[in-house]
Amino acid sequence: MLEGIPITHVLIVSAFMFFAGVCGFIIRRNMITILMSIELILNAVNINLVVFNKYLFPDQLQGHFFALFVVGIAAAEASVAIALIINIYRRLSSISVDKVNEMKY
Amino acid sequence: MALNVLMFYLLSAVIVICSVLTITTTRILRAAFYLLCVLVATAGFYFMVDYQFMAGVQLVLYAGGIVVLIIFSILLTSHISHKFAKPEAIRLAMGILVGLGGFALSTIAILKYAFTPTANPAIKVDMQAIGLQLLGTGKNGYVLPFEVISILLLAAMIGAIIIAKKGK
Amino acid sequence: MNYSLTILILLIPFCVFLFNGLLGMKFKPVISGLIGTTGLGIITVISYLTAWQYFFVDGMVDGSFPKVTAMSMHWLTLTPSLTIDMGILLDPISVMMLVVISTVSFMVHIYSLGYMKGEKGFERFYAFLSLFSFSMLGLVVATNIFQMYIFWELVGVSSFLLIGFYYTKDSAVAASKKAFIVTRFADLGFLIGILVLSYFTKTFDFNVLTGEDHSIFASTAGVSFLGMSVMTWAALLIFMGGAGKSAMFPLHIWLPDAMEGPTPVSALIHAATMVVAGVFLVARMFPVFYFQAPDALTVISYVGGFTSLFAAVIACTQYDIKRVLAFSTLSQIGYMMLALGVSGYEGHEGVGYMASMFHLFTHAMFKALLFLGAGSIIHAVHSNVMQDMGGLRKYLPITHMTFLIACLTIAGVPFLSGFFSKDEILVAAFEHNKILFAVEFLVAGLTAFYMFRLYFNIFWGKEKHYHHTPHESPLTMTIPLMILAFGSIFAGYIPFSKLVTADSMPFVTHLDYAIAIPSVLIGLIGIGIAWLLYKKESLIPEKISKALGGFYQAVYHKFYIDEVYIFITKKIIFNYVSRPVAWFDRHIVDGTMNGIGWLTVTSSKGIKGLQSGNLPQYGMVFVLAAIILVLVFAFLI
Repeated sequence: MLEGIPITHVLIVSAFMFFAGVCGFIIRRNMITILMSIELILNAVNINLVVFNKYLFPDQLQGHFFALFVVGIAAAEASVAIALIINIYRRLSSISVDKVNEMKY
Repeated sequence: MALNVLMFYLLSAVIVICSVLTITTTRILRAAFYLLCVLVATAGFYFMVDYQFMAGVQLVLYAGGIVVLIIFSILLTSHISHKFAKPEAIRLAMGILVGLGGFALSTIAILKYAFTPTANPAIKVDMQAIGLQLLGTGKNGYVLPFEVISILLLAAMIGAIIIAKKGK
Repeated sequence: MNYSLTILILLIPFCVFLFNGLLGMKFKPVISGLIGTTGLGIITVISYLTAWQYFFVDGMVDGSFPKVTAMSMHWLTLTPSLTIDMGILLDPISVMMLVVISTVSFMVHIYSLGYMKGEKGFERFYAFLSLFSFSMLGLVVATNIFQMYIFWELVGVSSFLLIGFYYTKDSAVAASKKAFIVTRFADLGFLIGILVLSYFTKTFDFNVLTGEDHSIFASTAGVSFLGMSVMTWAALLIFMGGAGKSAMFPLHIWLPDAMEGPTPVSALIHAATMVVAGVFLVARMFPVFYFQAPDALTVISYVGGFTSLFAAVIACTQYDIKRVLAFSTLSQIGYMMLALGVSGYEGHEGVGYMASMFHLFTHAMFKALLFLGAGSIIHAVHSNVMQDMGGLRKYLPITHMTFLIACLTIAGVPFLSGFFSKDEILVAAFEHNKILFAVEFLVAGLTAFYMFRLYFNIFWGKEKHYHHTPHESPLTMTIPLMILAFGSIFAGYIPFSKLVTADSMPFVTHLDYAIAIPSVLIGLIGIGIAWLLYKKESLIPEKISKALGGFYQAVYHKFYIDEVYIFITKKIIFNYVSRPVAWFDRHIVDGTMNGIGWLTVTSSKGIKGLQSGNLPQYGMVFVLAAIILVLVFAFLI
């Protein structure tokens, strides 16, 4: 179902999503929205992997499995991050990332 | 225009718009919702390229697991109708600069590169092939990462429980 | 021919200096005094033994006294051919100087036991006296000119420490600074002279420089700078160092002020030993001066003659007794320099050299006696100025007798030592330069006049009102006076021309009546004028000084030379040289260092912003760096 869609278009879309995630990571002040931006980044990478597998190497499944494991790891990472955020919320009563800056000069 | 091309542009539009909205909206629950839209659109894209298993995993784990988790944590840590303050100008400027710069760079790189598919014949991607390869031990077998990731998930589970535990 | 004991001459004072300096405070003061005196006593005995051995037991070799290197130690290699050694060289003048220095220093050590008794810093005084003795002895036995320079500087340091001994007095501190700066400035010339000389001759060693072989000077032939040959430059620069130490005009300004130091110091350093270091230097380098730079010798003789006249005129007007003696020292050293300047080399031609050394020997005796006697007077009267003294002969008999002997000696009265040595100088001057002879003849009269002015004002005349009756000094102070008086009388009978001459070969001298009789006459005339003016209280001196008016004022203020120096230093050097240099140092040199520090601090303050703990910023830096790296690698490399 891919005739007529050149690979570059898909890659540009995923690149856009990736840099949107990067932007969000830099702009946002709430820790949960930063986490959401990270999920965007990971997702964009997933699309890239799948697209490369499908277009360039249709005889293998390496990209497919890589994406699969990325999803699994993203899930694990998100859960640990949420646990941390909840712990921080208990201590500081705020989840603004500006408040978590004790490891500095 | 063929239907799949139209479908593709529709899905890309959803992805693009919703990802921008995720990072710019002022209400947190809406940001979570836009993220959900992005993830669902991505799953749609996976369906388009005939990777149904992948799409399913995306929907179940990402959309159904992670976003729900995020919403849980939003409810636990802040008011639902909490509104963000606008980010400072300098941060906004730097973020946009970095994002646009990187995007421009990637686009140039993508457009310049000549992607050449291999000449090998395509294989059929169905559950049997996936299952055999996932637990296969020979060449192209992924049983080792499979076992490792199960340990990773165990460790993440234990870690999350201990971190989030209420102290004495 | 074993001179191995001579190393003790240097080691003992040095060890005494270390002991008194570091441990002296732990014992009673008199212990450090006794240790210093004992050390010097041992040195004196060794010096006399060395002199006996050198002159009489070993005697002459091939008709002349040899230069004996008692020891030599290789110290520093500048180039493979140019090295600095440390060693002990014995030849007629250095052995003579050993005797002079150790004798006078020993007398001063004994004297100070009484004079400095009860003073704060007694141990420090003895430590510095030993340091000075060590430095001066090292200077005279130096085997090479660089070792002499090192000890020269050490002598300057000891002089600085001793002049500024009463460091709580501003005038003493100022005087010590002045002495050190003036002599240091002269030593700059000395060092440049040494460097120029050694550059051409490729050696520092005295044996080589003053030896028979003149080929080492071959490379200086034809090299000239601003019209004078390079050897004349070297000789004049070396003489500049000697002129500073010996207080020749115009570098004489420090010596009168150096009288701020304690009187034993004035006796030891500024009468008998340190100030003759310049004369000793010229004598040591005499073959170089005579053969390579005879013009320099002419300059030396005129400088010496002018200084002696200049100082004698000023001494006639001063009231501080130590200042009178200081100017007298200047005048007598002028005599010695003049004698060296007009001297020849071979046999009887070298009578100037012999006379200069002879006068150095006798002058050390009677000048030290005069200063120690002045110290005794000051000790009794508690004042330095002549107006506070008078009629002291009743109260200080021994001081009176010895002082009188010294005054007669310096005036050139026959049968005392001063007559013999001064006569030889006049003979030398007459044979070579009649103008300088006339100058010295006049100075002989002036010397007699001002010395007896001093004598009559102190011991005769109207008695002043004293706080308490002056009493004679204790034995520790009078015994050195008597010993030195003995030396002043009998030292003239030593047959110097058989022992110390320019080419180390003896010659015969005899009394030249044509010169001796006029010089004795003019001395007696000087004494007579002083008798008339000062023996009894009279108003004639005041009338004379008023009649001379402006001239008298100029002489009384030492011809305003000090004011000229202060003007030059303050107005010219401070404003045009020192201020810009200080500005440069403060703003540019310090500014660079401060700037480097400021730069480091500021840049680190800037960089520490990267570690803000702000998570999104970390992400931004990360991505930015990645983008930049990609750009660099993809498009530039």
